[in-house]
Amino acid sequence: MSLFRSIVFTAVLVGSIVGTAVTAVQFFGTSQLIAKAEVYEKAGEALPAAGAAAAVPAGHDHAAMAAHDHEEEGWEPADGVERTAFTLAANILTAIGYALALTGLISMRGKALGWREGLMWGLAGFSCVMIAPLLGLPPELPGTPSAPLADRQVWWIATAAATACGLALIAFHRKPWTAVAAIVLIAAPHVIGAPAAPEGRHALAPEALEHQFIAAAAMTSLVFWALLGSLTGTFFRRFEA
Amino acid sequence: MSTPYMVSSSAPVATASATRLLQSAIAACLGLMIVGFVGFSHIEIVHNAAHDTRHANAFPCH
Repeated sequence: MSLFRSIVFTAVLVGSIVGTAVTAVQFFGTSQLIAKAEVYEKAGEALPAAGAAAAVPAGHDHAAMAAHDHEEEGWEPADGVERTAFTLAANILTAIGYALALTGLISMRGKALGWREGLMWGLAGFSCVMIAPLLGLPPELPGTPSAPLADRQVWWIATAAATACGLALIAFHRKPWTAVAAIVLIAAPHVIGAPAAPEGRHALAPEALEHQFIAAAAMTSLVFWALLGSLTGTFFRRFEA
Repeated sequence: MSTPYMVSSSAPVATASATRLLQSAIAACLGLMIVGFVGFSHIEIVHNAAHDTRHANAFPCH
């Protein structure tokens, strides 16, 4: 089997397993919290709209901004089975995507791995795309105020990339200066700082719910990456042989 | 690994490792494109379909 096919086979198999497992975990965790937050979000949207009709002081644009956020009501999956099915599909696709990237990187290093080395790679992935972005842009519940989407996406991607380069420098080079460069790379996005949410606006969901969501999202991601890494380590070796 | 072996097979080894690197890199890029599409696309329908996945993965949303 060609190397590319081995990588794709590994990624599709691992992604399908991990995406399904993580959907089950989310069903009892983050998805429940998102549903709770949406109750606050919908109530928050209804309130300013009613308030705006009854003479809101000029210059106070909170109501206008909150209403604007959800002006564009396109198609969305109906709550229940349909929504869960789309989440399952999106989770499997995300897992296959991350598995392709992880297996590709492992294969570039050119060494056959076992589940344990795979787990280490998975934990590195967890650090790059969950822990590092989380420091500046924590996982958000619907109805949380935030900076413009494109700015946050650029910061997120740059942070994940810088952390990945930093960890690679630490893992694969042994010179002191590469370690220093790695620390600088990992710290830089946080020194620059994530795009800040506009002042004067606050989340619609209670803070306790937001904290619960951050912990649930981070722990689900830990399970995701631990599984993704160790399964990739296990299967890639077999497909490649 | 002895030196004569290295010398006699250096060209095929280099080609093989370049092929390996290329195939791995294409796979990794393909993977990142899939993640980008699911998690970062600005298309409204993609956003709504993958909504809960985006929030749970801490992808910037809304």
